[in-house]
Amino acid sequence: MIELADVRVRLGEREVLRGVSATLAERRIGVIGANGSGKSTLARLFNGLALPTTGTVTVLGHDTRRQAAKIRRRVGFLFTDPDAQIVMPTVAEDVAFSLRRHKLPAEEVRDRVAAVLERHGLAGHADHPAHQLSGGQKQLLALCSVLVLEPEILIMDEPTTLLDLRHSRLVAEHLRVLPQQVVVVTHDLSLLADFDRVLVLDDGRVVADAPPDEAIGHYRGLMA
Amino acid sequence: MNALTGAYVPGDSFLHRMPTGAKLAVLAVCCTGLILLPSVWAMAGAAVVVVLLYAVARVGAAAAWAQVRPVLWFVAALFVIQLVLAGPSAAVLVTSRIVLAVALAGLVTLTTRTSAMMATLERALRPARRVGLDPFRLSLLLSLTIRSIPVIAALATRVREAQRARGVEWSMRAFAVPLVVGALRHADALGEALSARGLDD
Repeated sequence: MIELADVRVRLGEREVLRGVSATLAERRIGVIGANGSGKSTLARLFNGLALPTTGTVTVLGHDTRRQAAKIRRRVGFLFTDPDAQIVMPTVAEDVAFSLRRHKLPAEEVRDRVAAVLERHGLAGHADHPAHQLSGGQKQLLALCSVLVLEPEILIMDEPTTLLDLRHSRLVAEHLRVLPQQVVVVTHDLSLLADFDRVLVLDDGRVVADAPPDEAIGHYRGLMA
Repeated sequence: MNALTGAYVPGDSFLHRMPTGAKLAVLAVCCTGLILLPSVWAMAGAAVVVVLLYAVARVGAAAAWAQVRPVLWFVAALFVIQLVLAGPSAAVLVTSRIVLAVALAGLVTLTTRTSAMMATLERALRPARRVGLDPFRLSLLLSLTIRSIPVIAALATRVREAQRARGVEWSMRAFAVPLVVGALRHADALGEALSARGLDD
């Protein structure tokens, strides 16, 4: 559960978010809007990567301003560019890296890494250099590195923007079966077809908050 | 590139299974031994041992070649200088030492996962805590450096292509500025991703 109460974010002279209030409890939530509308800033608020200038963001009962580190252990974040998220040279090592600070026994780390790679079709690439994967595989690797921590909420910031149609579909298929609450910021409207709720942002404000068809219709109207 | 990016070759040889700390200690002893070898014949014997170790590790000829290739120009220049200054025997001895030491270090890289190297480095750096340094962060720095090489190389290729597309064949400024800006942006994004993975606790 994510709650925003009159959230405003100012970056320099510019007010990026202007009084956003919402309670997000649905399993699949989309966020759409034009470039610069405040979508990515909103996503970063959900795990404390960005903090509100005024107002409060509460995630799983914790205030992001005071307990960001605690929240980040329970809320995973997937960025647009997988290259910026992959830390280790090989696939299995990168997934295992997420577990390093948990001080788990080596055997448990091995099992959890193998299980998450198997679930997302990367088991055959475990020892491959990460930089040799395709764009879609890199994004799946970044997803595995987040999911191995078993987050309760997953935030995705334009996860398919850099991918071709085939790889976008691949990421969408994997997203569909995740048991977590997922919030996706995207320009890929087809990704939102079976979502529960979609927020439309315009100039830092939520201008529509509705099921996908209605929200996408509103967004198309804005862009016309 | 592979030699620089942690080219671990999966395998089950005794070299793969050997603890990383032991491997690094043996490497140090062997490199010292190479310095002490007195004759070309002894060096030839050492070369045979190194070739056998590569064969036992089963890492493949291409991976082995990738380890020594980057130093060949340096070694060739050194060979000529030694030949002129100290004679053929000294030239062979000095250059063989360097090639064999690099090959042995390469073999450690090829048979050791970066994560195992990081864990060993972290243990070795524990005393650094006394002066306020975090061994985990130091070993992470090593890993990020290795991981960033292909990313920055790809960025450099994109910058060069963008230059050519705009008709600029070569301009240091037009190359360096976007490369540095791109590298800094990558560093920002990487820092944010590390925070998101809970590594700034």
